Amino acid sequence: LSRDHLTEDDWDELEETLLLADVGAGPAGELIEALRTRVRVEGVGDPAAVRAMLRDELVTLVGPDLDRTLHTQGAEPGTPGVVLVVGVNGTGKTTTVGKLARVLVADGRQVVLGAADTFRAAAADQLQTWGSRVGVPTVRADRDGADPAAVAFDAVREGRSDGADVVLVDTAGRLQNKAGLMDELGKITRVITREAALTEVLLVLDATTGQNGLQQARVFGEVAGVTGIVLTKLDGTAKGGIVVAVQRELGVPVKLVGLGEGPDDLAPFDAEQFVDGILGG
Amino acid sequence: MFNSLSDRLTATFKNLRGRGRLSEADIDATVREIRRALLDADVAVPVVREFTSAIRERALGAEVSGALNPAQQVVKIVNEELVEILGGATRTLVLAKVPPTVIMLAGLQGAGKTTLAGKLAHALKAQGHTPVLVAADLQRPNAVTQLSVVAERAGVPVFAPHPGNQGAVDLDVVIGDPVGVARDGVAFARDKQHDVVIVDTAGRLGVDAVLMQQAADIRAAINPDEVLFVIDAMIGQDAVATASAFLEGVDFTGVVLSKLDGDARGGAALSVAKVTGRPIMFASTGEKLTDFEVFHPDRMAGRILDM
Ligand SMILES: Nc1nc2c(ncn2[C@@H]2O[C@H](COP(=O)(O)OP(=O)(O)OP(=O)(O)O)[C@@H](O)[C@H]2O)c(=O)[nH]1
Ligand SMILES: Nc1nc2c(ncn2[C@@H]2O[C@H](COP(=O)(O)OP(=O)(O)OP(=O)(O)O)[C@@H](O)[C@H]2O)c(=O)[nH]1
Ligand SMILES: [K+]
Ligand SMILES: [Mg+2]
Ligand SMILES: [Mg+2]
Repeated sequence: LSRDHLTEDDWDELEETLLLADVGAGPAGELIEALRTRVRVEGVGDPAAVRAMLRDELVTLVGPDLDRTLHTQGAEPGTPGVVLVVGVNGTGKTTTVGKLARVLVADGRQVVLGAADTFRAAAADQLQTWGSRVGVPTVRADRDGADPAAVAFDAVREGRSDGADVVLVDTAGRLQNKAGLMDELGKITRVITREAALTEVLLVLDATTGQNGLQQARVFGEVAGVTGIVLTKLDGTAKGGIVVAVQRELGVPVKLVGLGEGPDDLAPFDAEQFVDGILGG
Repeated sequence: MFNSLSDRLTATFKNLRGRGRLSEADIDATVREIRRALLDADVAVPVVREFTSAIRERALGAEVSGALNPAQQVVKIVNEELVEILGGATRTLVLAKVPPTVIMLAGLQGAGKTTLAGKLAHALKAQGHTPVLVAADLQRPNAVTQLSVVAERAGVPVFAPHPGNQGAVDLDVVIGDPVGVARDGVAFARDKQHDVVIVDTAGRLGVDAVLMQQAADIRAAINPDEVLFVIDAMIGQDAVATASAFLEGVDFTGVVLSKLDGDARGGAALSVAKVTGRPIMFASTGEKLTDFEVFHPDRMAGRILDM
């Protein structure tokens, strides 16, 4: 095999680009190794061409053809679609529910919100504010500290009896290493299922999150059966590269991205745009 | 399986016991392990680079002592360097000579500022102070309500003349006059003889020029004794860009690392301390008012490298 014409510094720089985007040392190392082999085999010598190859590899890894549609149709006739939104503290769950409600209403769907965060100060008020902004009702507990599973159940029941199309259930932020809180989440999913099947479980990951994001995805995936990722706060300088490993390990696609705090700042995930963000394009 | 860095280094050195000095090849292997551990812990790339070259230099010059095996020796060096960057001794809050002491909180969205406001108030109250919270986040829906609830739980008053974003207004525009609220809050504290004022501000991105200017304006209006930058322990490589932007924007005086009750390694602590030179003063370790402690550099060093 012929040697490639890139210097060690060139390769280091490529690897650092990936590391700086939170792709992680393991995946970044593998990507660069694979690329080095390919470059040697194909005899490519020009750094710009190598960069273009890396872009291709990344886009393929991120999976431009994955099914990223959001499942909001009721599982059976007469039941609403049920979307459960989960994640660690402060990632943007409540905001995402609000934005999603806006999108669904714009599509002519009838939506009900469930405020199953009965823990954090003013969490239900925050969700209700989003609800009233887009003109959808919010089912909430009458007191702080109420059983979140009961609130989630009530919201789905109300959605069903009102003939709503979709019920969006917001949950409290919880760190994945807190067994008690994760059990509570498991209970929320089970109780909801008594009334209607969950059609989508969205894990909200903050783009600023580093390698811990993978652990979040593992545990939430196990406890709540995550079916899609929402990558928030991509409007900042963070690239959200951890979702590359998350998608690969969980086999669950990123479906939506958050691009700000406003009601219209939610967009479908676009693999090429995401990769260009990582590569600083 | 070698999980911790100590284990991995022990494995790297298992044939070395008893030799007088580490060879360059040994040290290269070691530095690779350390680099990997730091990156896995989310320590920022430029900080990793600088750190590993410092370690390399020290290890090259080090005489392997009789009492410690080479792995222990290197771990000791790494640990010392980490603690040094994280700040050997921790600093407590600077209190104003003439009250009120003004504390401003700043940070990214969702970092834990409002929760921290309650924790600080609770802790200061227990020490005999009479804090008041000021609701200068008018942006996030119901942030004012949240702070009011937090204040009630902490048993302290809240200064909240503006209801903030209650949904009627568009989020993309600046709501109300947070600079005015902050200024009036400090005047209120002086007037009512509260000896500490804690100003909660909206979360903002480092790249948001408008909101960063607003934070700078709040700082200028209230002339705080402490500006605490609250940063999530789960943050990855963005820690450097964000901390630098806030340092430039509000020239923070100290750092609070939040959500340390999670299982993130918290390499951001190292990045922020190294890049900004500001001390990490407190750790936030849960959602309850009392989940709050003084930051311990030595514990953090062990946590980052899993030693
Ligand atoms: N810049 C930016 N900020 C966002 C985005 N999504 C949410 N936020 C902000 O992040 C902060 C936290 O958002 P929330 O929706 O309250 O997060 P959460 O996950 O519900 O938080 P908890 O319920 O406390 O766990 C708020 O200040 C939001 O305005 C986004 O896509 N971009
Ligand atoms: N587990 C844990 N959760 C925390 C900690 N500090 C804050 N939180 C949670 O993180 C979420 C966000 O906290 P807030 O205090 O609202 O954060 P903020 O910085 O004021 O957010 P914005 O005002 O939207 O920018 C909430 O769910 C808090 O309960 C902590 O130390 N540990
Ligand atoms: K970005
Ligand atoms: Mg929430
Ligand atoms: Mg806040």
